[in-house]
Amino acid sequence: MNKNLILYTAILIFGLAAPFVFPAFKVQLSILCVLIVLALTWNIQGGEMGYNTFGNILFYGLGMYLCASVQVGMFFPLAEWTESGGEKTFVHTPAQFFQGMAVGLVVAAVVPTIVAGLIGYSILGLRGHYFAICTLGLGVAAGEISGGIEIIGAGQGFTTPPFPDVGGLESRGEFFYFLSFMAVVLTFITVKSIYSTRFKLILNAIRDNEDKAEAMGIQTMKYKIIGWMISAFFCGLAGGIMGGLVGYIDSTDVAFDGREMGVFMVLMAILGGKGTLWGPVIGATVFHIFKEGFWTFFLGWQYVALGVLIVVIVIYFPEGIMGWLREKYPERFGEVVDEADRKAQVELK
Amino acid sequence: MDFMVFQYPMISVQACLDGILLGILFALIAYGMALQWGVMNIINIAQGDLVILGGYIAYFMYLYGIHPAWGVIVAPIIMYFVGVGLYKLVINKVVDRDLFISILATFGISILFMQLMNFAFGADVVLANSGYGTTFLFDSAVVLPNSKIFSAFISILFAICLVIYMKKSKLGRAIRATAQNSRAAKILGVDTEKVYAATFGINAALCGVAGALISITFTIHPYMGLPYTIRSFMIVIVAGLGNLPGVALSGMGLGVFEEFADYILGTEFRIGAVFLLLVLILVYRRFKLSRKREYLK
Repeated sequence: MNKNLILYTAILIFGLAAPFVFPAFKVQLSILCVLIVLALTWNIQGGEMGYNTFGNILFYGLGMYLCASVQVGMFFPLAEWTESGGEKTFVHTPAQFFQGMAVGLVVAAVVPTIVAGLIGYSILGLRGHYFAICTLGLGVAAGEISGGIEIIGAGQGFTTPPFPDVGGLESRGEFFYFLSFMAVVLTFITVKSIYSTRFKLILNAIRDNEDKAEAMGIQTMKYKIIGWMISAFFCGLAGGIMGGLVGYIDSTDVAFDGREMGVFMVLMAILGGKGTLWGPVIGATVFHIFKEGFWTFFLGWQYVALGVLIVVIVIYFPEGIMGWLREKYPERFGEVVDEADRKAQVELK
Repeated sequence: MDFMVFQYPMISVQACLDGILLGILFALIAYGMALQWGVMNIINIAQGDLVILGGYIAYFMYLYGIHPAWGVIVAPIIMYFVGVGLYKLVINKVVDRDLFISILATFGISILFMQLMNFAFGADVVLANSGYGTTFLFDSAVVLPNSKIFSAFISILFAICLVIYMKKSKLGRAIRATAQNSRAAKILGVDTEKVYAATFGINAALCGVAGALISITFTIHPYMGLPYTIRSFMIVIVAGLGNLPGVALSGMGLGVFEEFADYILGTEFRIGAVFLLLVLILVYRRFKLSRKREYLK
């Protein structure tokens, strides 16, 4: 317990100091935070509940559009804003910007939660690969449909309000960094507290055998929907932050980007280790470092590398980093190991 | 929203005929999907990308002055080997595993193919001009390009050939035996590994035919693969595995639905409508089954 406290304090201090220690990487660190949030929320479905979803991108994109629309729509006519397409016909005052952002983020988190609750009963009745394909369809459909709606910019995209001129050039990065860091802390605390309750055991029971869980008297549907709503809440929040950070929303390339972000969240959770608390965090960090470190060397071959990476991770490394560590050092995970048995296994190998 | 369709009945006739001819093509792709799903129990997200790759083979023949219709012969031969190669490299490692693993792995292959095609062939929308002309029906009220009729005819021909092949040939029997019970087939001396490779190759070859036909009739683009995967998945879940008339019928139904969605909602919502239809079909099946306390398996 004491060790954990030191670890958390160290991470918190590192997180708070990071933008000042590495001022050049502020945007990258903010994106990392958003990625961690997405990986953690995906893990609630894919890892703990056994419902492998491609559809969390729906809530992410929804949150992104909602946050930006609310931020603009509170003060200016939305249709004219998107029509002007980024030219500064309307300018937010700082007070308007922050007010809009605050309300926007609340809406961006709450509305996807409600949407998840509404569609949850229908979609979560599907199982296994049908659920996966259905949610994939949902994500792509949302992207295609939002690409045809005029008021949020249709094909030409939506420019989010530019950051107001306060506190110099550095303040934009710091603002978004602390916003996304807060989101990470909030998500992590929520997920951690969930994972220490009966709720997590119910999710695991659903993953291991849903029919038996139902036979034991657990109302599986209720818990599946609650789990999905929790995911949707943080996905929407992350989407809202990411929209402001990127500054430009396109329906299929930024918001409902099933080909990039939608796969990334699955990949990060699997890379780190599904069904563990720290797995998604580690996976997201490793993935982001790999992506940013090597992406530039591939020069346009990123997607090829991404495709190969997916295949390699899925086929050769499905338990992820945490799963590998667990196999290697089972004592650290609180498992009792019989020494003789272990020796015999090593000799067998 | 545009309700021209209902004011001018001839437009409905046009949409129906277009949809049926298009649907036959979809059914051919779906047949390949049903084949490998039934035999190997994997869902191939890269199906649509194999289709597009087949289309580019025909397109390249067209560029080099060969009539693209010959692509119908050449594309399946090349695609068969692409399919077998893909099987040996990746697919054989996901056959016995969880279905989600196969979905994700083939998703990776799909992204890979998409981008490689983008590099090799460029990001332009292309089509291979067959120069077949058009047929006019009902006092020129309905316009049918002959290439569509040609492609539907060729699809039916290939489907019939394949059905006969599966019924009569030794490999066909082996494939069907493996689909029924792979373990029993293995015990009785069927080399299931070979059967799987052949199945995936045949599936890729079918995709190649369909792709060549699509490049003649419609347009191809490196990123247009996923909708074809979703369409074939949808057709298979509506028709069920191994129900060939059902696959043909639901393919045509999907084609007609798409044409009407195109007219009524507008072309920009066409793909969105396809994906939404998938969600609606799955949800409908789920509610229907949940009355009996069952679920889609």
